[in-house]
Amino acid sequence: MSVVLITIVTLAGLGAIAAVILFLASKKFQVFEDPRIDEVEEALPAANCGGCGFPGCRAFAEALVKADDISSMNCPVGGADTMTAVAGILGKEAGDAKPQVAVLRCNGSCEHRPRLNNYQGAMSCAVAAALYGGETGCSYGCLGCGDCVAACKFDAMYMDEETGLPVIIEENCVACGACVEACPKDIIELRNIGPKSRRIFVSCVNKDKGAVAKKSCEVACIGCGKCEKECKFDAITIKDNLAYIDYDKCKLCRKCAPVCPTNSIHELNFPPRKSKVEKTEPEKEPVA
Amino acid sequence: MLKTFSLGGVHPAENKRSANSPVEVLPVPPVVSIPLAQHIGAPAQALVKKGDEVKVGQVIAQSAGFVSANIHSPVSGKVAKVDQVVDASGYRKAAIIINTEGDEWVEDIDRSAILVKEITASPEAIVKKIGEAGIVGLGGATFPAHVKLSPPPGKTCDVLIINGVECEPYLTSDHRLMLEKGEELLVGIRLLMTALHVKEAIIGIENNKPDAIAHMEKLASEYEGIRVQPLKVQYPQGGEKQLIDACMGRQVPSGKLPIEVGAVVHNVGTAYAVYEAVQKNKPLIERIVTVTGLSLARPANFLTRIGTPISALIEAAGGLPDDTGKIIGGGPMMGKALTSTEIPVTKGTSGVLLMPQPLASRKPVDPCIRCAKCVSVCPMGLSPYLLMPLAEKAIWDRAEEENVMDCIECGSCSFTCPSSRPLLDYIRLGKAKVGQIMRSRTANA
Repeated sequence: MSVVLITIVTLAGLGAIAAVILFLASKKFQVFEDPRIDEVEEALPAANCGGCGFPGCRAFAEALVKADDISSMNCPVGGADTMTAVAGILGKEAGDAKPQVAVLRCNGSCEHRPRLNNYQGAMSCAVAAALYGGETGCSYGCLGCGDCVAACKFDAMYMDEETGLPVIIEENCVACGACVEACPKDIIELRNIGPKSRRIFVSCVNKDKGAVAKKSCEVACIGCGKCEKECKFDAITIKDNLAYIDYDKCKLCRKCAPVCPTNSIHELNFPPRKSKVEKTEPEKEPVA
Repeated sequence: MLKTFSLGGVHPAENKRSANSPVEVLPVPPVVSIPLAQHIGAPAQALVKKGDEVKVGQVIAQSAGFVSANIHSPVSGKVAKVDQVVDASGYRKAAIIINTEGDEWVEDIDRSAILVKEITASPEAIVKKIGEAGIVGLGGATFPAHVKLSPPPGKTCDVLIINGVECEPYLTSDHRLMLEKGEELLVGIRLLMTALHVKEAIIGIENNKPDAIAHMEKLASEYEGIRVQPLKVQYPQGGEKQLIDACMGRQVPSGKLPIEVGAVVHNVGTAYAVYEAVQKNKPLIERIVTVTGLSLARPANFLTRIGTPISALIEAAGGLPDDTGKIIGGGPMMGKALTSTEIPVTKGTSGVLLMPQPLASRKPVDPCIRCAKCVSVCPMGLSPYLLMPLAEKAIWDRAEEENVMDCIECGSCSFTCPSSRPLLDYIRLGKAKVGQIMRSRTANA
C-alpha cells in the first residue's frame, strides 16, 4: 500500500516540478507579438491563397499591422467587407479596391482556330510554350494544356473539351491570381467584376499583323482600330496590332462590340440586344 | 579497346541509310527565307530592304554584338521583303525573303575546285576572316566560331579537337564531307590550329565510319600534329564535353566551358567552312543537309543554299512518304519536330528526318518506377527522374542545386525511360526558368 502511495507522490511531484519549469520557461522565452495580429488574422478568410501578395493570411495580418497606410492592400477573397473589418480593428483607412474576377482573353477554340499539328510533349502549358509556338498558327493564344486549371485552388476553372479552352466559373473565382501566374502566355487577366457582373473585354492577345492574325484565327483582333474610334470614354487603346479595354475607364455602353469586324470584343452577362445585329451576343454564361 | 567517354550514354539504332549517297548539289530555289536568328547570341540586323538587289555572298545582315554573326545572301536576286516567317522554333521570327534571279556571285569569291594548301594569313587575320564570313558551329549548336577562337584572358588552349563523330542516328552530312572534302578539311584544321596557336589537333571519328577513318588517317599523315582518334560508337559522343573526355580523358568542370581544360572543339563542317572562308574568300552560304527516313524513297545528302524551304529537299529525295508522322529538323535524338514544310534551312540544319507512324508518336506516359535507368545513362551525371518533378512543381532553387544547367539536352534519359516519361521536356523548362533566375541575379548583383 505504501509502495503505491510513494509512487503516486513521486510521480505527482515530478509532474509538478516539470510544470513549474515549463511555466517559467514560457514566461522567460515568450516572444512578444502585437496582439492585434491575432485579431486581424481572425478577420481574414484563412484561405492562404496568396492573392494579397503575401505568403498566407498570417503574413498578411503582420504586414497590415506593420503598415502605416493600408489603403493599397487588399484581400481579394474577403473583399471590401474584410478590409473594412480590418480597418476597424487597426483604426486605419481601408482602400476601395473593386472586386475582381479572372477573365480569359482568348477565344481561339478548335472551331475558330484550326490545329495545324498535334502536340505530344509533356501536357503542361509552361513546357509547351518553352518548346514551340503551339498547335495553331497563332503563337500567342491558349495552349489548352490546363496549367491554369491545375493552379486554381477554389474549383473555379475547368477545361472545356469541345473548345479546348479553359472556363472560369464566376461564382467560385476569388481573384487570387494563381491562374494569371500559371499562364505562360499572359492570357488570363484579373478585371473588375463590374456592376451586375457585367464586363466588356477584347478576347484576344495576338500581336501579329491583322492579316496574319486573322489567317490563324477567325475571331482574332486585327488591330483595325474601329473600336478605339467608337469609344467615347477613351477606354480603348491599340498597341502592337491589339486592342485593349481599360476596365476602370469602360462605362459598359456596349458601343464597341458591334463594330468589331471579327467579333473579338465580348460582353458578359448583358441582356440580349434589342436591335437586330448579325452577330449573336453572349448571355449569362461566360463565352467559351 | 576503343576509347569512349566515361559516363552514361545510350546506343540507339544507327540507321545511316544515306552513308553511301554522295553529296548532290540541290538546285537554287526560286525564293529563299533567311532568318536573322540562325546562331546563338543576338540576332543579326538586316542591312537590306525591299527592292534591293543582292549577289551571292553579299553580306545582308550584320552581327549585333560580340556573340553574334553576319549573314550573307545565298542567292542573287531582289529582296522581296523583310518580314516574319515561322522558323524551326515554331514561332514567327524576322527574316529576309529574296526572289532568286540568276546565280551571280560577289567578284572576289574563288569558286574553283583547286585546293589552296598554303596558309599565308596571320592568326588574327584568320579569326577576323572567320567572323566576317559569318561562320557558326555547323554541328547544330551554331555558336559563332570567331568567339570560340578568342579565349578569354587567362585561359590558354593546348589542343584542338575536331568533331567528326556524328553520333546522331540517320545523319551522314559530316561523314560525306570527310570522304569527299578530306584535303580541304585538313587545311581548315591547320587554319584553326594557327588561329589558336596550338600544335596538336585530334579528329574524333566513330567506328561506324571505317572508310572515313581510313581516308582521314591517310591524309592526316601529311600534316604534323594532326591525328585521327577512332572512337567506340556511343551517343552522345559528339557532345563537346563527352568528346574531350573520350579523346583526352579531361573532364570539363560543371558550369564551365572546354577552354577551362585547354581544349577547343569544332565540327568538321565548321572546319571546312573555315577553309572556304580564309582560302577561297567564300562566306557561309550553304551546307550539306541529310534528307533521310525509313520510308523515304531515296535518302540523300544535299549541298543546300541557306534559306531553301524544307519542301524542296523532300521533293528532291523522292517526295513525302504517305505514312509520315513527324518531320524532324536534325536527328531523332535532339532534333526539333517542324510545324511546316515551308520552314527554311538555316546554318544549324544538319538534316531532315521523315519519321513514319507509329514510330513518330509518343507512347502514353506511365508513373516513374524508380528504376534509375535515366541516372545511369545521363552523360553529365545528373538525375533526370528528380529534375522532372522539380520542374513540374517549380522548385527552382533545388533544381539549380541539382545542376540542371549542366544538362546538354541529349535526350538519352527520355529515350531510355521505360515509362515513356517526358523527362527532357520538363528539364528544358527547368533550364529556361533557372537560367532566367540566374541572369536576373547577376543583373541585380
